[in-house]
Parts: sequence; structure tokens; C-alpha cells
Amino acid sequence: MAVITYLEAIRQALFDEMGRDERVFVIGEDVGAYGGAFKVTEGLIDRFGEPRVIDTPISEAAIVGSAIGASYMGMRPVCEIQFIDFIACCFDMLTNFAATSRYRNGAGAPIVVRGPSGGGVGGGPFHSLNPESFFLNTPGLKMVEPATAYDAKGLLKAAIRDDDPVLYFEHKFLYRRIKDEVPDEDYVVPIGKAAVRREGSDLSIITFGAMVHTALDAAKALEADGVQAEVLDLRSLAPLDREAILTSVSKTSRALLLYEARRTGGIGGELAAIIAEEAFEYLDAPIMRIASQDAPVPYAPQLEAAFLPSVEKVVAGARRLVEY
Amino acid sequence: MATASEKPVRPSAALSPNQLLEMYYFARLARDVEERLVILFRQSKVIGGLYRSLGQEGESVATAYALERRDAVLPLIRNMGALMTVGVRPLEIFRQYMAKGTSNSRGRDLNIHIVHLPDPDANEPVIVGPISMLGDSIPVAAGIAMGARMRGRPRVAMAWIGDGATSTGAFHEGMNFAAVQKIPLVVVAEDNKYAYSTPIAKQMAITRIDERAASYGIPHDLVDGNDMLAVYDVAKRMVDTARAGGGAQLIGVDTMRMQGHAQHDDARYVPKAVVEEWAARDPLERFRKTLIQDRQTASEKDFVDIDRMTKEYAAKEADLAVDEPMPDPATVARGVYAGDDFAVPRVELVASPFASKPDLSGRA
Repeated sequence: MAVITYLEAIRQALFDEMGRDERVFVIGEDVGAYGGAFKVTEGLIDRFGEPRVIDTPISEAAIVGSAIGASYMGMRPVCEIQFIDFIACCFDMLTNFAATSRYRNGAGAPIVVRGPSGGGVGGGPFHSLNPESFFLNTPGLKMVEPATAYDAKGLLKAAIRDDDPVLYFEHKFLYRRIKDEVPDEDYVVPIGKAAVRREGSDLSIITFGAMVHTALDAAKALEADGVQAEVLDLRSLAPLDREAILTSVSKTSRALLLYEARRTGGIGGELAAIIAEEAFEYLDAPIMRIASQDAPVPYAPQLEAAFLPSVEKVVAGARRLVEY
Repeated sequence: MATASEKPVRPSAALSPNQLLEMYYFARLARDVEERLVILFRQSKVIGGLYRSLGQEGESVATAYALERRDAVLPLIRNMGALMTVGVRPLEIFRQYMAKGTSNSRGRDLNIHIVHLPDPDANEPVIVGPISMLGDSIPVAAGIAMGARMRGRPRVAMAWIGDGATSTGAFHEGMNFAAVQKIPLVVVAEDNKYAYSTPIAKQMAITRIDERAASYGIPHDLVDGNDMLAVYDVAKRMVDTARAGGGAQLIGVDTMRMQGHAQHDDARYVPKAVVEEWAARDPLERFRKTLIQDRQTASEKDFVDIDRMTKEYAAKEADLAVDEPMPDPATVARGVYAGDDFAVPRVELVASPFASKPDLSGRA
């Protein structure tokens, strides 16, 4: 057991999996000698050599397309998208090629596509994206986003070992801010399982990624008012852990859906539908979404702060729900 | 060492009379399978569109014939000839077009969108059909050859692409990546004059399609696509070069799509004179003439026999497929994820009637 950062946990998972399975390789832009834009892949090339750490041209479609082809030959590619915003450049490869492959011909494409997501770091419109809702409507893909170092390592290992294409979103705000205990020995965090981060009886804050920490801070503030908020960390966005969602909401009778992507058409809409369809009779208040504004991600710190969800917004929303 | 006065030996000179007839057999079979599909289409038994390769069967066969048995092929809709050459049983094609529950995709996907991923050590080809976003095959082909090399079981990948699809970003990204990584990828770029209704002059400002390869540093050549032996010569040299570590290669094929984009398209946008000019250059007729008159390695009777054989075979296979069941609607959501596998990436492969003859042993 050692206390390590979220970023180090991701790097450890790559080292472990490449050491464990010679079919695993890393492919992306500047991932070799430079070690990646955020140094996630630092040291991999020294340990495993150039054929298994492939620096590519600026060509996301070639990164993901060649990974699909290599996976057909039994390899286990891990693609790095330098900033997850650029996943739009390989959207076609992911949604049309990889996601349909098993359904169409039984040809599984076990690739991992990972990259730094999320805002809060002054990245502006093209270095701050939370893209999960773009892919939520694409069966055949799995999606995960860890909130802790423990999950960062365990979910990446699970993603690499998974027989389907997995999108692994790592929140760049958490890279060096979050540290927790991570076992040295091998473990995986199963895809499709949420985790209760804080028990509570008055409302459920259902969230994931960096917003888990926002939710926990809000829960602490609410506790001073005597409001007990439960915080459910989804961890997997596809498939969703419906059972955990419904269990929590049927216990607290109030649902606050917190996500960092834009509000409209976001994952909160799907969560709200699941709750409305299957837990309607448990609800004591309307389902509430707290998300980013419906705008491109702005650059100036003052604008980004107004754009993103915050502890204050969550606390205010939770109070409204409890008082309903 | 060859001296300057010696003519380079054409790879096709090493093909036996039996192999030459086999090439004709595959091209003729491709045409007859498609003729049979036209009948099924008119009977409304083909569910989606029907895309003919009339006039392109020769280049499709001659390029694929340059491969070894274990190599990978990524055909497009007009590469029925390549599929016949690597041994896909025609029954598999009829099943796909008719969306049968027995088809490679279990009725989930259409026409030649088939996949065959054999055991890595099996002496069988890798086949990965296209998706409708056509340029996508190029990066995937590069990845197949790269992945096979990484696993220590190298294969050359051959991918076909039309003039229209060479305008896509995926084509460019895949070509450039394959060049940089020195991947054994042979791309067959078919200039068949039209992408749906768009003439090639609106597709690219260059006149030779193979020049697409120049900016990637990929060796390229342009060949008369309706001359099967000429196509084979270029393809064989490029496949050998790629296999020997020479990296990606591109063959430009000058040919003509003799029918519309699909059966619904009467191609009235193509000048009649152009069609007539190319009709006189039919690759099968030319090949036949070359073997009988120039090479004198085959007789008229050989071809009459093959024509009868392929026609009967295509009809029989179509009849078999017609009676097979459609997919069960209850299976609609199966096989989206692993653990509920439904479709299997395997097609039935068959040897041609010429394969058992001893002089074919070179094509392992």
C-alpha cells in the first residue's frame, strides 16, 4: 500500500499491464521519449521499447483505426488522446467502426482510448471537454471515469483486460491534486459498478469524476445544516450501475444529478429518465440536474468558474430539494 | 545480376497455365455471382443495394492473386473478385446480400461487410470487410499488418480503395501512418472514373491517382487495370517489396465502373462513348485472348468449360442461400458486448477446382 497521485496510479496501471501481458501497447502523440503531454506515459519507452510505445503523427483516426486493426490480430492497444477534446477527430472510428464491430461480425475490438478530460484548469474551449454524452448513445462502447487514485489504477487495468472497446476518461484536474492509498498487488475495479462515497439519508448526489470531490465538499457543508447527503460515484458511465442508482434514490427519495459536461443532452438526462421510470413512487422532490452552462467552455478563470458546477451551486440545489 | 540489355522478367511469366486459368476462374466467378445477385435483386430477395464490379473483376483478382495465403485483405464493395480469390464461398455472399440469419453478420450488416479472423497460426487469410465510411479501412489495414508483425506472425495487408475514398481524411491519416511506421501495407487505389456520380476531375486535381502516394513517400505505380497480367506484375512486385521490409506501397489502377453506383442508378451522367470505349477493353475478354492467342497456354474449350462451371456454381449457391432462414427478431440485441457472443468472425473458405493441381503449390 502506498499513497500515490491519480496520475501516478494511471501510469502504474500501464506499467503493470504492459509487464503482465506482452500484447498490451501504447499508441499516441508524444507518448514516447517525451512521456505524454501530462507525463502519464513517462518511462514506458525505456522499460518496454519503441515497438510497444508508438509515437504517431497528429492523426487520431490513424491512432484508433490502427488500434482496431491491431486488436483484430490479438493485440491490446491503449490509445492516448492528448486532450480528450480531440476524440472528436476519431469519432467515426469509435462509433462506426469499433462500436459496431462485434455486433456486425463477432469481431471484438478490445481497445482502450484514454485521455485527459474536464475543466477547471483554464484550458479553454478545446482542452476542457467532458465528452461522455457524445458516446452514451452508442451501444458497443464502454465508458469509465475514475475519481480516486485507487479507481484510476483498478479501472484502467479492467479496461485493458476488457474484451470490448473502453473509453477511459481521466480528469486532468485530479491528476496531481488527488492522492490516496493504492495497493501494490494486482487488483481491478470492475466496470459497471458504482461506489457509495458517503452515506446519507436526505438526498442522493449522483455524480462521477472530479465532481465527486465537489459533491463531498458540498455534503460536508450541508451536514452543518443537518442535511445528510449520500454521494454515489458512478465510476462507469456505460454500462450504468442502475441497481446502485435506484437503491440510493429509493433510500433518500431525492436525486441531485451532478455532472461537469453541458446540461442539455448530458448524462443527467439519462439518469433522470432511469429514476423517473423505475423509482418514481419513491421521489419526494423533482429530479434536479446541476451541470455546466450550455455554452462552449470559456477560457477566463472568472468565466470558467461561472460556467462549471461548484460546491455553492450544489449546496443551494440540495437545500431546495430538501425543502421541497 | 541482370545486365542492362536483359529485359526484367515479369512476375506473371512465372505463372503456370493452370494458375492463369485459375485467375480467370475467380474473375468469371465474381461476375457470375453478381449476375445471380441481379436476379435476386429483381426478385426483391436482396434487401439493400446491389453494387456491381462489372469491368473491375480483373484487377480485383489480379491484385489479390499476388498475395500469400495468410495475408490480410480489406476489400470494398466492388472487390468481389478479391473475395473469390482468397476463397470465400459464394454462399456466404448470397447470405449476406439477402440478410439471412445464417450469414456471417447474422443479418446485421449488408453485402460484403464480412469478417474472417482465423487462428493466428492457421493457414488462412484475414478478411475485414469495409464499413460505409470508406477511407476507414486504410488505418485499420495498417493496424492489422502492424499488429500481426508485433505478434511475430507477419502478414501483408492489402486494402482496396476507390478514387472517391482517397479524398477522405482517414485515407490520408492511414497512408501517412503506414509510411512512417514502414508497415507492409499494399493499397490498391482504383480510378474507376466515378464516385457515385462525381467524376474524378471533381475528386482530385491530379490526373494520376497513384500520385496520391507521393507526398507520403510511398512507392507507387499506375497500371492498366483491365490488363490482368499487367496488374498482377505490379501487385506481385509491391507485395514482395512490402513483405521484404520495404514498407507501404500503392498501386494505381486505371479502370472503369461499367454500371451505376448501385442497381438503382442508371448512370446517365456517364457519356455513352466512354462506356463503349471501356466495353471494348473488358478485362475477362482481354485475358482470354491473351492466353489463347499470345501465350497459347489455353484453348477456347478451357474457357468455355470455366464459364459453364462458374455459372452453374453461382446458381447453385444462390439457390442454397434462398431457402435459408431469416434472423430471429428475438436476437436483435445480442452480441453487442462480449460475453453474449452471437455472430462469429468466420466465413467458409473453399479451394478452387484448380487448386488441387500440382503446379499451384507455389501459392502456399
